[in-house]
Amino acid sequence: MNQENQANRNPWVSGALKLYVVLAYLFIFAPILASFVFSFNSDRFPTIPLGHFSTEWYRAVAADPLVWEGLRNTLLVGVVVGVISTALGFGAAYTDYRYSFMGKQLYMALALLPPTIPVVIMGLAMLAFLSRLNLSGDALAVIIAHVVICAPFAMAVIRLRLSQMDPSLEPAAWNLGASEWATMRHVIVPFCRPAILGALFVTMAVSFDEFAIAWFVSGLNETLPVKVLGFLQGQVSPRINAIGTFVFVISMTLLILAQLLLGRTAAKDKE
Amino acid sequence: MRRHVSLYGLTVSLPLLIWQLLFFVFPLVFLIALSFWTVRNFRMQPDFDTVNWITMYGRGIFWQAYATTLALATMAAVLTSIFAFPCAYAIAFKLPERAQRWAIMLMVIPFFTSYLVRIYSWQVFLSDAGIINVMLGWIGLGPYGLLNTPGATLLGYVTLALPLVVLLQLFSLIFIDRTLVEAAHNMRCGRLRTVFEVIVPSARVGLVIAGLFAFILSFGDFVSPIYLGGGDPTTLSILITDTTKSGQQWPRAAVIALTMIVTLMIVAFLSIRFAYRGRK
Repeated sequence: MNQENQANRNPWVSGALKLYVVLAYLFIFAPILASFVFSFNSDRFPTIPLGHFSTEWYRAVAADPLVWEGLRNTLLVGVVVGVISTALGFGAAYTDYRYSFMGKQLYMALALLPPTIPVVIMGLAMLAFLSRLNLSGDALAVIIAHVVICAPFAMAVIRLRLSQMDPSLEPAAWNLGASEWATMRHVIVPFCRPAILGALFVTMAVSFDEFAIAWFVSGLNETLPVKVLGFLQGQVSPRINAIGTFVFVISMTLLILAQLLLGRTAAKDKE
Repeated sequence: MRRHVSLYGLTVSLPLLIWQLLFFVFPLVFLIALSFWTVRNFRMQPDFDTVNWITMYGRGIFWQAYATTLALATMAAVLTSIFAFPCAYAIAFKLPERAQRWAIMLMVIPFFTSYLVRIYSWQVFLSDAGIINVMLGWIGLGPYGLLNTPGATLLGYVTLALPLVVLLQLFSLIFIDRTLVEAAHNMRCGRLRTVFEVIVPSARVGLVIAGLFAFILSFGDFVSPIYLGGGDPTTLSILITDTTKSGQQWPRAAVIALTMIVTLMIVAFLSIRFAYRGRK
């Protein structure tokens, strides 16, 4: 990968560039690490030098019934969104893999574009539209909106897996007399299983952290990130760190699970 | 590739199409209709009246917010691209493959952390008694008012966009034909000249698209300008949330949203044309 011309190698420049990479990662992870550290810090107004170690913010958060309600909403929404977006994403990925038809570019645009629309605009559009259908202010509204932005992620993850499949595998099953449905069930889905689970976890993780659209449409059924936005407005500060650390651990667990699933099958395929 | 329409094919393909038409396309199209509705006695009613457009476009605050948002998002796109490039370059050309994989994996993590929590964390760094001012105090400087400044807003935008921009730049740099770079070196083209005359032009499409994404993300973000920038000067995204959440002025918020969409489409069109200029 990095066979740069030997004559042009300057250890100073390479060293400086590597140092720059370290600094860039420090910049990106500084707020995440700081939030983790301050979640265990006793001070009401977090700064340095640190106060003493304390779990009081976790206890304060755990004692707040509204936080538990938010967590319940978040989990409910996340799981339903994960299942629906993975199903829709799988269909879209398979469509792209197998079919070519007129207007396919438009189909793919609909399948991939939603995450690029700014969330304030999506939030307003969803709020206005769903309240006409008397659906806003409901967990269902958050689910509908989140599937729109999550399905593209599921589609991307599964499409990647399909492109690793031997293209003659499906026709072979048909030639042996399997129907399209049987082939789907016994060949395609098993082959994509790790990617399907991966997509499930990735979409759940995206939904867990989405606060803007949820804030617009959720009404009184706030999800946890919307609660955090409320804390940010009300300056009830260090609790944000405790919730943030907690949600970070959940998201990372989902992400690592997805990574393990996808990594293990990639290794198995190579054997 | 079989071309006939089958029940099987429709069952697989249609659900996503229907969902995105119903809940993605319709709501956006509905915004257009909504922008012509009127509000009487705090109730919206279907109408065809240009009053919202005239009211919003007649307000100084709207154009001030438009200029602020455009300037801040442009600066964020440029700054993020400049900060990201040496990092993406070093990962693409200077790191062994194993370290490269780790670097990519680490860069994905920020996407799955709460942006709100990261912004709150920057507040802790920037506030008057915050980490940075305490550290400056050790060497006898400050305290400086860092929070509630346009610079703080930009910091938030860079936080939001940097991981994506590094990854997009990285993917366009990795796929550069290495023989081009070697040829440049063999012809005794200097290091910096190789970067600017060989590497940047070959990766131009990816670099421009990365900058475009930084622009889109910053243009629509309302968290950083409120909680780091202090809401002053105001941005279009703040105007939308304020107009929506206070009172029933959704039609006016729709005017702002549509103006933003058109602006984003123009910017996207121009930058993609610039990216592919001179290419076939």
